[in-house]
Amino acid sequence: MRWFKPSWQPLLAVVLCIGAGILGPMSAPEAAALADPTATLPYPWLGSKGFIFDLIIVGAALSMMRIPPLAAAFVLFVCGHAAVWLLLSGITGFEGTALLPFYLAIAAAWLLAWRCVTILSELEMPAGPARTLVRLVIPAIFGAWLLIVWEAVVRGAGIPFILLPPPSAIGARIATSLPILAADVRQTIFKAVLFGYVVGCASGFAAAVLADRFVFLRRGLLPIGNMVSALPIIGVAPIMVMWFGFDWHSKAAVVIIMTFFPMLVNTVTGLAASGHMERDLMRTYASDYWQTLFKLRLPAAAPFIFNALKINSTLALIGAIVAEFFGTPVVGMGFRISTEVGRMNIDMVWAEIAVAALAGSLFYGVVALIERAATFWHPSVRGG
Amino acid sequence: MDRLRDKIFPVTAILAGLVVVWYVAAVLMNAPFQRDLNQRGGVTVTTSEFIGQTLSQPKPTVPAPHQVVSNVFENTFLRKITSNRSLVYHSWVTLSSTVLGFAFGTALGILIAVGIVHIKALDRSLMPWIIASQTIPILAIAPMIIVVLAAVNVTGLIPKAMISTYLSFFPVAVGMVKGLRSPEIMHLDLMHTYNATRAQIFWKLRVPASVPFLFASMKVAVAASLVGAIVGELPTGAVAGIGSKLLAGAYYSQTIDMWAALVAGSVVAVILVSLVGLAGRLVERGMGARPA
Repeated sequence: MRWFKPSWQPLLAVVLCIGAGILGPMSAPEAAALADPTATLPYPWLGSKGFIFDLIIVGAALSMMRIPPLAAAFVLFVCGHAAVWLLLSGITGFEGTALLPFYLAIAAAWLLAWRCVTILSELEMPAGPARTLVRLVIPAIFGAWLLIVWEAVVRGAGIPFILLPPPSAIGARIATSLPILAADVRQTIFKAVLFGYVVGCASGFAAAVLADRFVFLRRGLLPIGNMVSALPIIGVAPIMVMWFGFDWHSKAAVVIIMTFFPMLVNTVTGLAASGHMERDLMRTYASDYWQTLFKLRLPAAAPFIFNALKINSTLALIGAIVAEFFGTPVVGMGFRISTEVGRMNIDMVWAEIAVAALAGSLFYGVVALIERAATFWHPSVRGG
Repeated sequence: MDRLRDKIFPVTAILAGLVVVWYVAAVLMNAPFQRDLNQRGGVTVTTSEFIGQTLSQPKPTVPAPHQVVSNVFENTFLRKITSNRSLVYHSWVTLSSTVLGFAFGTALGILIAVGIVHIKALDRSLMPWIIASQTIPILAIAPMIIVVLAAVNVTGLIPKAMISTYLSFFPVAVGMVKGLRSPEIMHLDLMHTYNATRAQIFWKLRVPASVPFLFASMKVAVAASLVGAIVGELPTGAVAGIGSKLLAGAYYSQTIDMWAALVAGSVVAVILVSLVGLAGRLVERGMGARPA
């Protein structure tokens, strides 16, 4: 048995395939066709059913041979995803008719993908573009499978469109309503979020430097700041809308309040992060307060400041969108979400959510990239 | 005395400053409306009377602190707890879904953290998505989730608690991953020399080491979970809770009620966070930690 190297995911996948084969028809129309062989009823996977099971079983068997891990991962990747693609495309037109074997086959394909991820994450690779690629592929497979399972369950069980649209429908909706989405992004993100984020972070930073200069202010502000960060600040949204009107100014005000305190607290903590030794060194250089601040303490505080910037990037988006529930002009992501829920256009709502998630991740990612560039000296970036 | 000088005095001074700023802002922001009112009524008033009027409007743009305090007092202590104008009643409704969501979220977060620490494939594939999950503005779609769940006859506590769960699992998961990985190599090696199994290492080394991290992240999680519960109450379907009180105040321009609801929410937040902090200190003392 030297050429054979069993692992439990492919074995279980094969067992699931056999189980699905024993149980028989994968969908209600197929069961009807089997029950009545004389009539020629159309049913899903008419010609491809055997091929799907072959793909999974062959993939599972090949992956347990003693072949290089990368080759095994490749085989698993291709077989698992080809099988699930056939399964999902086959059910078009027969939504809601899937029987247990369909889900067993999906589960078997998923087990192959799981084995693939396991092999990939156990690979020992030298640092370089190849390793970066693998590090990106692993979470990508996981994310893709979230969508695949969502799609399979929604379409297999025929969940009403109004409750939960399948990801493919959401994707189609995004593609057809790009102008509306772009206008909403412009209103919410480029006006309210960016302005509020910049002003909120800058004023939080300025307040922190002031608090650092005057001990009295620090002793008073820090406990208050800590307490405020636990408060449901989002609740000021209706008040801000009342004060500053329906346009983006009120949303920016909410964002400013939400981002101010995390910035304040983190910067004050960061300014205290430089060590005694370094501060003493600055004193022996006869540097004054501002020189010490700019050359030693602010660089030392950078990781804390970037932490606040990252926290604030998601807070800002949430603040602006929630504030739009309390009144907006007829454009904006929060406005779109609340009206389209009322009109039962759930796919549009999900499209808006997908855009918001993408924007949030991009925002976070950009801040994280700037952090890597700015705090290249920090151990967590150097990978020491 | 040091405590008085270093902590209490500066905090009270700054709070007093804030109250003064608040009063000034209330006078300034309410002045245009009051001036307009007096002009139409043909009333002439002295400056001090005018300031008094700006601070006692029934629906001010900015309610004065004493108006908010008296509203909170009236709705907390002078009403029956079961009355739906009582802030205690609304706070209780919000609190119950907060606590339920917080319990689920903490359990889920710990479970995910245990999985991530022990299974390498999960670590590599799940961690980026956990971070990405928090960039989804779930708060923004919370009202929609409530409406959709109400369509399938899931109403009451559970939908609100689900939003709280989603918000509170993240800090716990991240904190616990850090905590479960916090034992030093030396300690892990010592466990290896004892021939300890993975389960023994987990229960006798990793779990005790992670307790401080757990309580620190639970403090963040309980605050997040309260925010989730409040936003979950915003859709018109909810009839009780701090969030619905806020929304009703916004509809009928009852600014004083809105501020009072905010105060109630803040009080609940402070109580919850201090309870978690207290529990953390008790547990750590019970485990033999020296008071810092």
